[in-house]
Amino acid sequence: MISVDRVSKVYEDGTVALKDVSFEVEKGESCSIIGPSGCGKSTLLFIISGLLKATSGEVRIEGRKIDCPSKDVSLVLQDYGLFPWMNVYENVAFGLRVRKVKKDDEKVIVNRTLDELGIKNFEKHYPKQLSGGIRQRVAIARALATNPRILLMDEPFSSLDALNREKMQNLLLEIWKKSRITFVLVTHSIEEAVFLSRKIVVLSPRPGTVKKIIENNSAGEEEYRFSDEYFRKCREVRKSIEFGVI
Amino acid sequence: MSGSQEINRIWSYLISFILILALWKVLSHLLANPGVPTPERVLIALISDAKLLLFNAIFSLSRVLYSISLAVSLAFPVGILSREKLFDRIVSPFIYLLYPIPHIVLLPVYILLFGIGDLSRIALIATILFFQMVVTIRDATKNISEYYIYSALSLGASKFDIYRYIIIPAILPQVLTALRISIGTAIAVLFFAESFATRNGLGYLIIDAWSRADYEMLYAGIVSMALLGLLLYILLDLIEKKVKKWV
Repeated sequence: MISVDRVSKVYEDGTVALKDVSFEVEKGESCSIIGPSGCGKSTLLFIISGLLKATSGEVRIEGRKIDCPSKDVSLVLQDYGLFPWMNVYENVAFGLRVRKVKKDDEKVIVNRTLDELGIKNFEKHYPKQLSGGIRQRVAIARALATNPRILLMDEPFSSLDALNREKMQNLLLEIWKKSRITFVLVTHSIEEAVFLSRKIVVLSPRPGTVKKIIENNSAGEEEYRFSDEYFRKCREVRKSIEFGVI
Repeated sequence: MSGSQEINRIWSYLISFILILALWKVLSHLLANPGVPTPERVLIALISDAKLLLFNAIFSLSRVLYSISLAVSLAFPVGILSREKLFDRIVSPFIYLLYPIPHIVLLPVYILLFGIGDLSRIALIATILFFQMVVTIRDATKNISEYYIYSALSLGASKFDIYRYIIIPAILPQVLTALRISIGTAIAVLFFAESFATRNGLGYLIIDAWSRADYEMLYAGIVSMALLGLLLYILLDLIEKKVKKWV
């Protein structure tokens, strides 16, 4: 379980990014954090991942306080954060290499992960040779290769076209259903949040505070996208966000 | 690069080379001055004195290589460690204050300190190169996107991993650019450093030929120095092609 407890973040220049943010994500659940640009969504994700320290409050994962990157948590950054000097295979293997996983094991894990994400053919390619959709798959593969219990994603599909976006959302759902990994997704897309996550945390404009937590327990199937319940939830989320700020 | 492009490139180099020779030839005829001998006469000097030139070129080459290696091996760590705040706070002011000095004026000091041997020459060239490189490497290191670092940290990278897998590969292209610039500088300073208190090296040969008014030899020395530079450029190009696959 991830518990975010009264987390505030004030940057050195005095900007208050987050104020008293609290929520919980159960193990194996999916959660979206949604809010207008600049509301501190990414900051919150960085704090959960242990890359940034909260000014006050704390984040606990399975009861353990987070103050540095944890081996159980993988983070996918907005622009994927792929290393351009490594090819696809090396990118995906990175987390394993720094964990000193044996070469033979590394090969098995990387190949399996590449297969799962349908990018086996690209293993020798460098990021600049890949389309946005494939890059995103590589970034997810890299995050999953270390077999994390929690996957954090910062606007993972925001630079993809609509078609690729839906494809990737379906893929993510599939991965979630199969592995029951806990994932937390930061997004500014209402539809994405409703389709992918069973809990939606709505943040207010800066400084980000929790405005509303919406349970969305029907999410988790591909068909959900076409149901009335889905549209009703989208409306509910939309209403809870101040109009025009997204 | 495809085959036909490669051939086109070779052609354009060949044409430029021929044009330079033609220009030289025309110029030497127009000026009719012993200070500008025709290319053929220089070529004859190059061939007949090939052994002497080669012997001296090896001296020059080894001086340049020693200097570059020394400069890189100092500038590289100093440049990348500028990421560490404490290190940067201590070292940056020194570099900032010492950088604008025309380091070539240190020659007399070096001779006093290291004697009139090769050590002074190498130290002089290396000093000049060090400052050129350290500034480039430092800037390149500071310009690495924090996103790469965050990505790596979140995947469990240690500080050492960050240097090994992120910082060093990320700045390699800029290091190679710094090297490319430094080759030109190194050879220019080499000439200066070889123009006194030595009896070998292409710089010595050129100065010596000049004082003897042996203009063919003078030009043969200049051409040899140009070839030395070209050789180093080509070498670097080959390395660059290997390293920069991802750019």
